[in-house]
Amino acid sequence: MKIHLNGERIEVTAPPMKRLLDVLREDCGLTGTKEGCGEGECGACTVLLDGEPVNSCLVPFAQVRRARVVTIEGLTGARRLQEAFVTEGGAQCGICTPGMILAAAALPKSATLEEIRVGLAGNLCRCTGYEGIYRAIRKVRSPKSNVRSRTGRTSKAKK
Amino acid sequence: MRSRLRKGASRSRRSPPIARAPFVGKKVVRKEGLAKVTGQAKYIDDLAFPGMLHGATIRSTIARGEIRSLRPAFDPAGFTLVDFRDIPGQNVVALIEEDQPCLAEREIRHAAEPIALIAHPDREKLLAARFDIEYQESEPILDPTASPRIFKALSIEKGDVARGFADADVVVEGEYRTGHQEQLYIECNGVIAVPEDGGITVYGSLQCPYYVHRALKVLLGLPDEKVRVVQTETGGGFGGKEEYPSMIAGHAALLALKARRPVKIVYDRAEDMWATTKRHPSIVRHRTGVTRDGRLTAIEVDVLFDGGAYVTLSPVVLSRGAIHATGPYRCVNVQVRGRTVMTNSPPNGAFRGFGAPQVQFAAEAHMDRIAEKLGIPPVRFREINVLRPGDTTATGQKLGRDCSAAEVLREAVRRTDFVRRRRRLAGTDRGLGLSLFFHGSGFTGGGELKLASKATLELTELGARILVASTEIGQGTRTMHAQIVADALGVPYDCIDVADADTGRVPDTGPTVASRTCMIVGKILEDCAKEMKSKLGGQTHAGYLARHGPLRITKQYEKPAELVWSDETYRGDAYGAYAWGCDVAEVELDRDTGDVRPIRLTAVIDVGKAIHPTFVAGQIEGGTAQGIGFALLEQVRLKNGAMANAQMTNYAAPTTLDTPPIDAVILERPYKHGPQGAKGVGEIPIDGPAPAIVNAIRHLGVDIREIPATPEKILEADRRPIEKKAARA
Repeated sequence: MKIHLNGERIEVTAPPMKRLLDVLREDCGLTGTKEGCGEGECGACTVLLDGEPVNSCLVPFAQVRRARVVTIEGLTGARRLQEAFVTEGGAQCGICTPGMILAAAALPKSATLEEIRVGLAGNLCRCTGYEGIYRAIRKVRSPKSNVRSRTGRTSKAKK
Repeated sequence: MRSRLRKGASRSRRSPPIARAPFVGKKVVRKEGLAKVTGQAKYIDDLAFPGMLHGATIRSTIARGEIRSLRPAFDPAGFTLVDFRDIPGQNVVALIEEDQPCLAEREIRHAAEPIALIAHPDREKLLAARFDIEYQESEPILDPTASPRIFKALSIEKGDVARGFADADVVVEGEYRTGHQEQLYIECNGVIAVPEDGGITVYGSLQCPYYVHRALKVLLGLPDEKVRVVQTETGGGFGGKEEYPSMIAGHAALLALKARRPVKIVYDRAEDMWATTKRHPSIVRHRTGVTRDGRLTAIEVDVLFDGGAYVTLSPVVLSRGAIHATGPYRCVNVQVRGRTVMTNSPPNGAFRGFGAPQVQFAAEAHMDRIAEKLGIPPVRFREINVLRPGDTTATGQKLGRDCSAAEVLREAVRRTDFVRRRRRLAGTDRGLGLSLFFHGSGFTGGGELKLASKATLELTELGARILVASTEIGQGTRTMHAQIVADALGVPYDCIDVADADTGRVPDTGPTVASRTCMIVGKILEDCAKEMKSKLGGQTHAGYLARHGPLRITKQYEKPAELVWSDETYRGDAYGAYAWGCDVAEVELDRDTGDVRPIRLTAVIDVGKAIHPTFVAGQIEGGTAQGIGFALLEQVRLKNGAMANAQMTNYAAPTTLDTPPIDAVILERPYKHGPQGAKGVGEIPIDGPAPAIVNAIRHLGVDIREIPATPEKILEADRRPIEKKAARA
C-alpha cells in the first residue's frame, strides 16, 4: 500500500489490521514513535494524521491509506518548540517527548494555558508534572499569551 | 524574509549559549536533549540485533501454592524453552538476601511469579503459546497484620518515652494507612541479552548497571569479565528500575545462552504493572505526648510495611521509613518500632521516596490533628517543634547549619499568605493545608561506606570524559555531572563528555538511587577534577597527553570524618545531609461527589545548591505531581493477590487535567561535603504533597487517614463529624 509519510509517498507492505505504531517502528524503521500502554491512554505513540494528533496504537494500518502521516522524524517547522522542550525542562526521560511535541505542535497558536492543558490531556508524562512542558510551549508563543498563561500563580485561583 | 527576521529577533531574546564558568547554577543545555526531542534517542525497544529472538515469561496465576506439573500446550518446535533446570549458577535474584528465585522451582509465593521462559523469532507465535500448569493451591496471606514472617524489625530509641508521656498534658493517637503505588514510568521494563565470547552482554532500561551485573554473575556462574551490562536510554525509573531489571535481565540471559542468539524481552504495560515492584503499603500508628502549650514530649511510632513475597529491598526501605517517621521535629523522647513483613503479593520495592513518603504522610496528618486538638494553628505548632541547627534527630544526629526546616516553613507560609488565606477560605468549598518534611541524601547509615563507590575522570584533548555507572533516567545525570566537573577542572561545559553507563568501561559508582547521584557521586567527580587540575599544573590538555600519555583519575567515596553510625543501635548520623521541604496545598471539595480537586501546590525545597536550576525545578514539579497521584488518584486493586487494574485505563496517574499549577521554590543552604554545597533533590518532592493535601481536606472538616483519598473515602469520612473522630483518638 502506498502511504503519505513525512512528506513522501512511499510503498509499505503490511497487514491491514497491523497497528500503525508497529508499521512505523518495524516496517518503516521510524522508532521515534514510542509505545507506552498499547491502549490509547498515554499518548506516547502520538502521530499526526492529516494534522490531527492520534494514538497510533489504536489506528489500523489500512486506515491511513488516504491520510498524511507525520511522525517526530518528519515534523517540520517546530524546531523552536523542540529546542524549547530541551531548554525549559519539557523533556526529562524523553519517552513521552516525541508524542508530546507532536500533540503540542498541533495546538492552535493562540491556545491559552487552559486550552493547552485540555489539548495535552491525552499525553501522559510521569517526569515533569507538565510545568516544563507548558514553559516550553509558552516560550514559542507571543509574549502576550505568555503573560496570560503563566502557571504557578494563576489569577483565577485567587478568586 | 519576515519570518527569518522574527526568528533572529526571538533568538536574541533567548539566552545565548553559555560559554563561561561557573557552569554550576546555569541552565546549560541537556547533553542528550536534542536526541530526545527529535526521536533519535534509542531506547531498548528501538534496538535490534541480527538473529534476535523475542522472549516471554510464563507466570503463576495463583498467589500461593506449589507447582504440580508444567507442560507446554503448543508444539515446541522452533521455540527455546527454559525453566529452573537450565540455570547454570544459583537460582536467585541476588540482592540483599538471596531468597527470591529467578524461576520458581516448586513453591509459588505470589501471583505473576516467573516459572518458565520461551523465545521465538515471531512475536505473534510467542503470544499464542500457552502452558498447562497444575497447582496445589494454598490460602494466600494478603493482610500484613496477619503475616507470620518478619523480613526485618528494628527500633530507634532516644530518651525515655515513658517519662515523656508522664510530662505530657495531652496524648494523641492515630493510625494512618497508605496503599501500593505503581512507578508507571512510561517506558516499560525491557532488556536485550546478547551471548558473546562465552559470556553475556545485557542492554537494558535500568538504573543500576552493577546490580544487574552482580545478579547475572550469581545466576549464570560467570566471572566478572564475562558479564557486561549496558544501560540504554531509559524512559523513566522512579525506583521501578532499581532492582527489577536484575530479574528480567536474568530471564533474557538464560534464553539467550540456551538459544545462542540475542533475546529481547520488553514487557507490555499489563505485564509490567502485574508483575513488577510497587511502593510498600503501610500502616503507621502514632502516639504522641504534648504539653498544653504545644511542646512535643514523647513520640512513639509503629511502622508496618507490606514487603510482599520476597525480601528485595524491604529492609532498607524500612530503615529509611523508620528514620523519617517522626517528621522534622525535635523531641527528646522518641521510640520508633518498624517491621516489614511477608505477604503473598508481588514483592514491593524501590519507589522514589523509599519508605519516607508513607511515614511522613502519617507524621504530618498526625501533627495537624494534634494542633487541632490543642487549638494551636498548624503553622504555630510546627514553629514550636521544628528541628533547628544544633538539634538532634530521632537517631541522635546533631544537625548542622544547613538544617533549614524553619526557613522552608517560613518561606512557604509567606509565599502563600497561608495564615490569612486559610482564614479567608473558612466556610467555603476550598481548604488549605501544609506539610513539613525532610529527606536524607545518600544511602542510609553506613550504606555509602559499604558501597565504596568509584568514579573515574579521563583527560581528553579539550576537556575530560566522565566514567561513572550513574544512569541518566530523566533527572539530568550526564549534564549535572559535567557541570560540576567543568567548574572544578576549569574547562567549558561543552568540553566534558560522558561515557555510557557500561560495566565494560565504567567503574562501580553504586546505584542511581537514594538522592545520591549529585551529592555523593558528584562530589567524587569534583575531587577527581580537582586532582586532575593539579596534575595538569597549567599545561594544556593536549600538551600533557603528548608528554605523559593518558591520564585517568579514579577516586572512591570518602566518608566525612565526623559521620558516625551504628547499624546495631540505629544511633548516629543516619545521612550526611538532609534536604528540607514545605508544601502548601489548596484543594476544592465537591461534597456531592466526594471529588477533591487540587487547585495549587507550592513546594519550597532546600537542595543545598541547585546545580541546574531547571532540572531541580523539574524534580520538584515532577515529584510533586507523583505525590498528588499518591494522595488522591493512584490505587492498586489486588484481587486474590494479583493487580486487577493493571492498565493505564483504570490505574489513574495524574494527567494535565489532574495536575494543578505547581509553584516550585528552590532554597539553597549548602552542605559542606556536597559538590558546591549540593544535597539530594530526587526524592524529597514526593514526601510532601499527600499530607499537605490531606491537611487541606481536613481544613474542610473531613478527617482522612488513609490514602489515596478517593471520592468513596471522602464521602464516607464526610458523613462523620470531625470532632467525634478527634475525640475518639
